[in-house]
Amino acid sequence: MKDVKVLGPGCKRCLTTAAMVQSEADKLGVPVKIEKVTDYAAIAGYGIAATPGIVIDGKVVHAGGLPKPEDLAQWLAA
Amino acid sequence: MSIETVSGRAPQAAPSSAKWIVATLAALTLWGLVYSQLPAFSEWLARSLPVQPDSQLGAAIAFFAYDTPKVLMLLALVVFAMGLVRSFFSPEKTRALLAGKREGIGNVLAGGLGILTPFCSCSAVPLFIGFVSAGVPLGVTFSFLIAAPMVNEVALGLLFALVGWKVALVYLGFGLGVAIVSGWVIGRLHLEHWLQDWVRNLRTTAADLQPQRLSTVERIKAGIEAVHEIVGKVWPWIIAGIAVGAFIHGFVPAGLLTSAMGRGAWWSVPAAVLLGIPMYSNAAGVIPVVEALIGKGAALGTVLAFMMSVIALSLPEMIILRKVLTIRLIAVFIGVVGSGILAVGILFNALFH
Repeated sequence: MKDVKVLGPGCKRCLTTAAMVQSEADKLGVPVKIEKVTDYAAIAGYGIAATPGIVIDGKVVHAGGLPKPEDLAQWLAA
Repeated sequence: MSIETVSGRAPQAAPSSAKWIVATLAALTLWGLVYSQLPAFSEWLARSLPVQPDSQLGAAIAFFAYDTPKVLMLLALVVFAMGLVRSFFSPEKTRALLAGKREGIGNVLAGGLGILTPFCSCSAVPLFIGFVSAGVPLGVTFSFLIAAPMVNEVALGLLFALVGWKVALVYLGFGLGVAIVSGWVIGRLHLEHWLQDWVRNLRTTAADLQPQRLSTVERIKAGIEAVHEIVGKVWPWIIAGIAVGAFIHGFVPAGLLTSAMGRGAWWSVPAAVLLGIPMYSNAAGVIPVVEALIGKGAALGTVLAFMMSVIALSLPEMIILRKVLTIRLIAVFIGVVGSGILAVGILFNALFH
């Protein structure tokens, strides 16, 4: 089970990012637990300057803008 | 905007990337051809309607039929170029560049990077916290946050399309100037203790992210994506703005606005700034109106001050910033930026006759 956190105050892009993570994980057959982190202090604690950000198993892999599906697949498969 | 420089930096030119570049150049050529035919098209359209061409309604229709495609096309071009250029920047890179910079040079750098760094408006608060907590000085952060909305691609593209490249350049220069000086002044005032407590106590280290390497094709796609997203969002505003502009153009007699918004009235610039603060519209809706106002005798400095005030000082932004700034700091922010805009308007009216 991969622990995925989507960092963002809840704007449209953040929701889209969470949906992209879910659909890519389903495609790969990787079980994931997606959590949305919306608290500004918590987001800042991950050291990113732009949202949406993605944290997989405690490691920040993406910040700012929508991720590319192929990158998502790579992060989830790792 | 030169495509050559971009392709020169590509790691390897795959056959598909050559195809993309050729297609982009073809699209740009087609753009130029269509653009050069617009005046003929609008004249034909205005003549084929059952309206007297020299009547008030005729003037309004001709204005609308020419301006709408012209503005949308020029806007698409500017947004595409900006999207391409911005693919070389990211908030993380900008933060690394600005962290620990001295004030002064840091403010100048932050103003420029504010124009070039892509970030969506809902990122403003995380960006603010991310900058301040990673050691970017408060005043430098403000320079960035003031420049970013004020000198944006929509404002520049529309001014360029409607009022001319000289005014667009002046707007760019004065917008940057206000951002740099306001940020510097806020930095000099040492107001760090007016941040919300939790922001002040937060210290973070920047996340260790893999730097993204984008290919030429991906940069072109970023430009297309920007056009799709931004033009797709602002076009109703633009059409509404042009319709209001067309009405002013056709029906408001020339000289009516000269007394209220002309150079003679000393109070017009402060009034324009005050009026602009609570108003919130994006650049797209304001600028076509601005064009028509200038055409009817409003002074350019007054109109530019109004525009900057509407775009740079907005109520929704204040409400978002309230989460990280105290009311007192927000008041200082409004005061400093407002004074800067005021100075720009008065100076501009005095310099250009």
